[in-house]
Amino acid sequence: MSSTRIDTRFADLKRQGRAALVTFLTAGDPDTETSLAILKALPDVGADVIEVGMPFTDPMADGPAIQASSQRALKAGQTMVKTLAMIRAFRAADQTTPIVLMGYYNPIYIYGVGKFLTDAKAAGIDGLIVVDLPPEEDEELCLPALKAGLNFIRLATPTTDDKRLPAVLANTSGFVYYVSITGITGMAAADPWAVTAAVSRIKRHTKLPVAVGFGVRSAEQARAIAQAADGVVVGSALIDALKATLDGDDKAQAASVGAVTKLVASLAAGVRSAKRGGK
Amino acid sequence: MNVPPQLNSFRTGPDERGHFGIYGGRFVAETLMPLILDLEKAYAEAKADPAFKREMDGHLTHYVGRPSPLYLAERMTAQLGGAKIYFKREDLNHTGAHKVNNVLGQIMLAKRMGKPRIIAETGAGMHGVATATMCAKFGLECIVYMGSVDVARQQPNVLRMKALGAKVVPVESGSKTLKDAMNEALRDWVTNVSDTFYCIGTVAGPHPYPMMVRDFQCVIGNETREQVTALEGRLPNSLIACIGGGSNAMGLFHPFLDDKDIEIYGVEAAGHGLNTAMHAASVAGGKPGVLHGNRTYLLMDADGQITEAHSISAGLDYPGIGPEHAWLNDTGRVKFLSATDEEALEAFQLCCKLEGIIPALEPAHALARVIEIAPRKPKDHVMVLNLSGRGDKDLASVAEHLGGKM
Repeated sequence: MSSTRIDTRFADLKRQGRAALVTFLTAGDPDTETSLAILKALPDVGADVIEVGMPFTDPMADGPAIQASSQRALKAGQTMVKTLAMIRAFRAADQTTPIVLMGYYNPIYIYGVGKFLTDAKAAGIDGLIVVDLPPEEDEELCLPALKAGLNFIRLATPTTDDKRLPAVLANTSGFVYYVSITGITGMAAADPWAVTAAVSRIKRHTKLPVAVGFGVRSAEQARAIAQAADGVVVGSALIDALKATLDGDDKAQAASVGAVTKLVASLAAGVRSAKRGGK
Repeated sequence: MNVPPQLNSFRTGPDERGHFGIYGGRFVAETLMPLILDLEKAYAEAKADPAFKREMDGHLTHYVGRPSPLYLAERMTAQLGGAKIYFKREDLNHTGAHKVNNVLGQIMLAKRMGKPRIIAETGAGMHGVATATMCAKFGLECIVYMGSVDVARQQPNVLRMKALGAKVVPVESGSKTLKDAMNEALRDWVTNVSDTFYCIGTVAGPHPYPMMVRDFQCVIGNETREQVTALEGRLPNSLIACIGGGSNAMGLFHPFLDDKDIEIYGVEAAGHGLNTAMHAASVAGGKPGVLHGNRTYLLMDADGQITEAHSISAGLDYPGIGPEHAWLNDTGRVKFLSATDEEALEAFQLCCKLEGIIPALEPAHALARVIEIAPRKPKDHVMVLNLSGRGDKDLASVAEHLGGKM
């Protein structure tokens, strides 16, 4: 497989000796225009990789913040077609920032796997994270995605032991997303020491970059994680920042985009101030 | 759908990856995958252990009260004027429904695996009550997730669960019914991985649940075979059961799947009607998709978003169906029918008045189709309905729907 924007970005950052800031937003939250405006603003304030959530009615691995965010997007009429169009619009102006679509399998399955991969690639998407597709179901989407030239980024968790890790990593590409806690998104914070140990454990099994997420909310936490990992993923904290600006009907306000970019800038500063050991 | 060539047996599934044809599978987050593999291994070991079966049979006899009777509904038979109608009386089990058969097996397995904390989802509350009951009996902590809409319409069961020492957590997310309770239980499980056993109430979810729950419920069909043979000297001509997730139906059907002359009917909840958006018939009104760990028929919109089910019966109010049922539909072995809220209410009243049995609204859906099918059959046609639960829990909602007519 030829290298994707994700591979290129992580390689560049490795040369610079720093970790990547990976930011998450839900496509269409609170409406398509606002979320496209946020998406377009993210690279300039320090997002190195962007995960775009495909909203789903039943986000089983997500906490209240992302659940509510998905519901706002769906209520505002977000669809897969609109999500792909958003990425196309972003790509027209930005050819380098990697975009990863993240979500659950059913909307992709119903869109049609073949058509989805063709349209995603054409829209300028670089990778996929599909929460409810473990390696046991690789034939569904993972193998066709790799064949189509998209990265398939797998989650590794504290329950993924050394015996299972090779199976999880086998068809993973782009980077490995280490879920630092057992739990849903946006809840407990990760213990930096445990994260350091987990990242070294995963790195014994793979040369891929390891990004760490779940529970990262502040610049200080981002810096601590960035000292151990190749990437820091922040999701629920950004969703919360956006949510705090919405009016009683969940409508975007003048301050909405700025609230997200301000937090991303602060997180980026945290990531960039990390001291990377041994590199 | 893809219809495979003539099969030698309908009872060999699932394959080692949990597939029934294209259905089933293990569509779960990585955090849960090692737990599901552990469960699969532990269940295989328990299944092969004669001591496990011996203990289970003892509890089924002395605690649950099995075998449940196979009862000839004489006045119903006379009134309908056709097939001879038997009720498999799962309503007479301890806790009042078939749910306890499965819960006993899973709780014994949890105990064997050293998991002290049990979580469950519930719709009508019958699975929650069964789980709370078995947790009390075996001394385990019990947390039941229940949609807040269901908490409101099934108060008697909420009180029963609380009396039995369970913690009932009302779920406010999504449609606030069974599917959301299942989401919340999965969120709990993914958070509390080391000490928690997820006791799923129906033949759905990631492999091995559909197979395991089916195996535990097969006691219904196995007993029915013996009982009907003793009473009639032969096997029945037809079987019928209601289907939400489909565990009572699977328990009755599975031991008969290879008796090819037996007609088998599953009855889904048609709510306000299949031509409305207010129903819970995932085979009749849905299409194959992926939710809650398995591929199966689901109610959804054109964009793959799951839509809300509707049924007067909380136990059928789920937008999916067990994956093995999906496969049995596609292969044509089981014929799927449906009954509306109104039809279920009429059947409920008829059963009360003719047989002195207050059925749950769930099996009242199957009874509604019996009322239609039985008169068209000859008098020597033996039909078995799974009377999967008692209706005490439903009296308040029935009274509300019937207004002054009750």
